[in-house]
Amino acid sequence: MDIKKFLCEMSESPGISGYEHDLAQKISENCPWADETRSDKLGNLILLKRGKDDQNSRPKIMLAAHMDEIGLMVTKIEKEGFIRFSTVGGFDQRVLLAQEVVVHGKKDLPGVIGAKPPHSLTAEERRRTVSIEDMFIDIGFDSFEKVSQYVNVGDLITIKRDCLSLQGNYITGKAMDDRVGVAVMLECLKELAKREHIADVYAVCTVQEEVGLRGATTSTYGIVPDIGIAIDVGFGDMPGIPEYDSIKMSNGPGITVGPQVHPKLHERMVKTARDWNIPFSPEATPSPGGTDTYAMQVTRSGIPTMLLSVPIRYMHTPVETVDYTDVIRTGRLLALFIAELDHEFLEGLKCF
Amino acid sequence: MLLKRLSEACGGPGKESVVRDLIKQEITEQNLADEIICDAIGNLIVKKDGTKSDGPKVMLAAHMDEVALMISNVEKNGLLKFKPVGGIDLRILVGKSVYVGANKVSGVIGAKPIHMQRPEERNTPLGLNELYIDLGVRSQEEAERLVKVGDYAYFTTSFSEFGDNLYKGKAFDDRVGCAVLMEVLKERYEFPLYVAFTVQEEIGLRGSTVAGYTVEPDLALVIEGTAANDIPDSKEHQQSTNLGKGPALTMMDRSVIPNPRLVSEILKVADEHKIPVQIRRGTQGGTDAGKIQGTKGGVPVAVISVPCRYIHGPVSVMNKNDYNNTIELVKNFLKTLEQRGGVL
Repeated sequence: MDIKKFLCEMSESPGISGYEHDLAQKISENCPWADETRSDKLGNLILLKRGKDDQNSRPKIMLAAHMDEIGLMVTKIEKEGFIRFSTVGGFDQRVLLAQEVVVHGKKDLPGVIGAKPPHSLTAEERRRTVSIEDMFIDIGFDSFEKVSQYVNVGDLITIKRDCLSLQGNYITGKAMDDRVGVAVMLECLKELAKREHIADVYAVCTVQEEVGLRGATTSTYGIVPDIGIAIDVGFGDMPGIPEYDSIKMSNGPGITVGPQVHPKLHERMVKTARDWNIPFSPEATPSPGGTDTYAMQVTRSGIPTMLLSVPIRYMHTPVETVDYTDVIRTGRLLALFIAELDHEFLEGLKCF
Repeated sequence: MLLKRLSEACGGPGKESVVRDLIKQEITEQNLADEIICDAIGNLIVKKDGTKSDGPKVMLAAHMDEVALMISNVEKNGLLKFKPVGGIDLRILVGKSVYVGANKVSGVIGAKPIHMQRPEERNTPLGLNELYIDLGVRSQEEAERLVKVGDYAYFTTSFSEFGDNLYKGKAFDDRVGCAVLMEVLKERYEFPLYVAFTVQEEIGLRGSTVAGYTVEPDLALVIEGTAANDIPDSKEHQQSTNLGKGPALTMMDRSVIPNPRLVSEILKVADEHKIPVQIRRGTQGGTDAGKIQGTKGGVPVAVISVPCRYIHGPVSVMNKNDYNNTIELVKNFLKTLEQRGGVL
């Protein structure tokens, strides 16, 4: 199976927070390496690959990557058929103007977020950004009646953006955050299929991360892992972001340190990377609220957790860009880390 | 479909060759002309003889170029700086994919993640200083193997049907005019017809200045894709044109006041053939008519436009009926020109 191609397919698929079901279905159909696939009540998709140890002594490793994406929601249909909307998750209003979208009504309808032609803009208008409440979607129907045959308030809207191959192994699309993490988990399971590992690996495609890490909270409670590792996207280096706040692109994952990361896990992951010559960047995250790691860590009596960040550029824009080589490297690093785990190390995690 | 191919073809001001070749090939294959000239600045001028040897010399014009971005520097880190060629609202660029250069190298125009922005940044449009094209390369050398300074970048929008009897696509301004003229060329008229597919309209009506001089017409019609501003929060008088209300006739814009007699004759033709038309409200923008009007001793001109929403952006929207009615209006005007005494 070509996981890079599948990442493109995932990026093009709709899956806004709370509405990940169809995407979960697609992922479960594309993971031949799992021994068992199940979903929980919130919709988290759990792909289980069993370890070789005796059933009673098998440790549990949970990987978490969120499959939900940010999107838009219909708030009003105007008399002339234009659609007003709000956001689900954090969008920079400046990236929305003149985007093509898909309105997921009774059927999928192509639409455009309208923008005035430059000819009729005043100098004052050009200096201001258009705020989301002043934007509208045109689906090409000229009345409330025609639109409301297909569309209701509350219907979801995704950005329409075909995944595009750039140079080398770079690809760009609308929902690399965090379908990239899902691809890393698939790469990891594929690699593990070639190796022996003692632990059961629960690769969890979590829901509702973008609106408050909700899927990771319940799935971790259900699994009760010995280790939780979140795989999310990090800020790739680009102009306008200082070097100390970004991860170098095309240089492997960022291995994060911070309060949400268990020091021994961090140390071990760095050692694995060095032993196998996998490039990585150190990433310091003193305020750790933004990923599933944060939710996993405080589940039940506490879980040793850590975070790998795959650098992407232009996060939360319709052109999120990743070097697929970094995805492969991150998946391989995870697999090697898991394959080398032993009971002694896991015991040692319980005391600092 | 020719309109689809024209919309998806890339041709900025001064680099119209892909569009020109497409039109030329189509005319040759379908045998639509008796003479084809490509002039020194790239206009394609097509002559179709009339059934009679004399009569007024009529010129039709539509421009082949579209607004684009020009690569102005290849940075050390492999990113491309650019400048707009023609009128583009910079605020619509961010978060789009583009094709760069003749080989259509894929790139994206990104922005700093919202997480890294200060709240006030979100209220400030991104300017040319902050915007660049990313090809997915890490160095100037890699980028320069693919593109060079002076190359153009274009939106990657694909053409398709849309909503209720509409089309969406890029560059309807003015590929829709080119497509209309191709349909008009399928018939023969009583008098000699000159159809000019012009260059460099978007940066100052350059091609039509020359084409008008070459043709020296007795009268000229310019076919355009014009702004329809019939969108929320724009007052009726600011809407310029409305989708679905028929071809739009210009009474005045920044470049021209069309010949009143010619305009009223076109309105009569519309009336007689039950073709809906609308008068373009507002006087913004300019067209090739402005230059053709001033050719030599002067030429009576008129402008007929297909209304298009969101022009000069990645994706415009137009109505199929407006497109077909524009073709009908132009054809019927030409067919009845002789009986109207050549208008003038």
